[in-house]
Amino acid sequence: MNTQKTAQKDTDTVQKTVISSKNLDLTFQTKDGPVQALKDVSLDIMKGDFVSFIGPSGCGKTTFLRCMADLEKPTGGKITVNGVAPEISRKARSYGYVFQAAGLYPWRTISGNIKLPLEIMGYNKQEQLKRVARVIELVELSGFENKYPWQLSGGMQQRASIARALAFDADILLMDEPFGALDEIVRDHLNEQLLKLWERTEKTIAFVTHSIPEAVYLSTKIVVMSPRPGRITDVIDSPLPKKRTLGIRETPEFLDVAHRVREGLRAGHADD
Amino acid sequence: MNKILPVLTVIITIFIVWYIAAIWLNSSWAYDKAMREGKQLSSIELIADTWSQDKPKLPAPHQVALEIWETTAEKKITSKRSLIYHTWITLSATLLGFLLGTSFGILLAIGIVYNRVMDLSVMPWVIASQTIPILALAPMIIVVLNAIGISGLLPKAMISMYLSFFPVVVGMVKGLRSPEIMQLDQMWTWNASPSQLFWRLRLPASTPFLFASLKVGVAASLVGAIVGELPTGAVAGLGARLLAGSYYGQTIQIWSALIMAAALAALLVSIVGIVQRLTLKRMGMV
Repeated sequence: MNTQKTAQKDTDTVQKTVISSKNLDLTFQTKDGPVQALKDVSLDIMKGDFVSFIGPSGCGKTTFLRCMADLEKPTGGKITVNGVAPEISRKARSYGYVFQAAGLYPWRTISGNIKLPLEIMGYNKQEQLKRVARVIELVELSGFENKYPWQLSGGMQQRASIARALAFDADILLMDEPFGALDEIVRDHLNEQLLKLWERTEKTIAFVTHSIPEAVYLSTKIVVMSPRPGRITDVIDSPLPKKRTLGIRETPEFLDVAHRVREGLRAGHADD
Repeated sequence: MNKILPVLTVIITIFIVWYIAAIWLNSSWAYDKAMREGKQLSSIELIADTWSQDKPKLPAPHQVALEIWETTAEKKITSKRSLIYHTWITLSATLLGFLLGTSFGILLAIGIVYNRVMDLSVMPWVIASQTIPILALAPMIIVVLNAIGISGLLPKAMISMYLSFFPVVVGMVKGLRSPEIMQLDQMWTWNASPSQLFWRLRLPASTPFLFASLKVGVAASLVGAIVGELPTGAVAGLGARLLAGSYYGQTIQIWSALIMAAALAALLVSIVGIVQRLTLKRMGMV
């Protein structure tokens, strides 16, 4: 009874907190002994935030994201998504997850792929078509609805996978290095589009990357992480305005933030 | 055009080798015969004789072709001497066995993929089942099934099934497990039910694997049906023709049944191939 009351109070006082993690620990049991992937990770993500996680490989940024998505079970600490345990919010379909690779089904057309989560979630045919049309427009893939994935470039496939994550209109978008495999020109373009999309949909986005310019350009908050054990070493609230163009990357403010991120990454490496 | 030439070259080479081998293998009988009649054979007479014996060790291609022509085109399909009739008997057992084997193989594969106990226990048995010579097992299957009152088409089909389920199990287990971890994670994030995961991801992903297995399976089915006809003293079917031919030294009959079986196998495999192409094309996977 008592615990329920305090939990209720928690969600009331931090009502704009979408994802909240307190002293999160995760240790994997491997053949070579236990590996601590996350140690004492505490972070609050507010509604409408665009939070980037940056750090070298093995720093636990992807693992942290997977904890939010209920793809990994933490071994210690507490994490809530929309005020409830990740498992409950997953079952409530409260987030869309974009993986490193587009992972489109080769036997489904682009619209068929975007429809897939909608079919699974039991939307009716009419609603499916409406939503597919809307997100296809959102990611600028109109005209490619009936193409198969292999007929599209890598960048377009990744856009389709973002559309698929958006189709069921979850408030949270979790993105795990979605543009990591793409070349820089395509990446710039998709970053710009992602910002526009974020502005239009007002979603809360958690974004894993290992590119400093990408992190600084996109985010309102940058979380710097370091490995062995995976932990947060710095959280930077970006002073950059919400409306940004690619040109902002030449400004002193941008370079300042980028510098601080780089310092944070270096500090993390120093204790190796 | 540039495809026809290599194929034609190979066929002509096979015929040349075949004819020469016929001369070589059948010449001793020709010499024996000539000696008994006290005749000398010129080379041309020798060759003519080796290519036209009644019961040659190796019949020449045109003898086999003639036999096939006589037993297909010139006989009524209902006649016991029609090769078409015998082919149909074998084909019906093959198709039934193929159907049973494919269904059994798919069900077994689903069990192996979804059930840990089956995963650990069934596969060794499946592999062991294929190491037993089918020729030794076939009479047992037929006797046992006869004892419980099952005879006719079904016992032969069971032997077909016994051979054809194996490639299907192996292929389908691989196919059902072919989705990447990422795709499974993705389904998890959408909170998909196990049946949605199966019908929307695992099954379509396994289709190319299934067809590769079906091609092997249908050929194995035919072998099974023919082998099933051998130990039973069956009176009809390609296997029965092979058996009867070997009893009476009718090598031409054996060879024509063999050629018919090979043609049937080629036909069945290419039908599976056509269905494969059409299906995968419809699925957008080609």
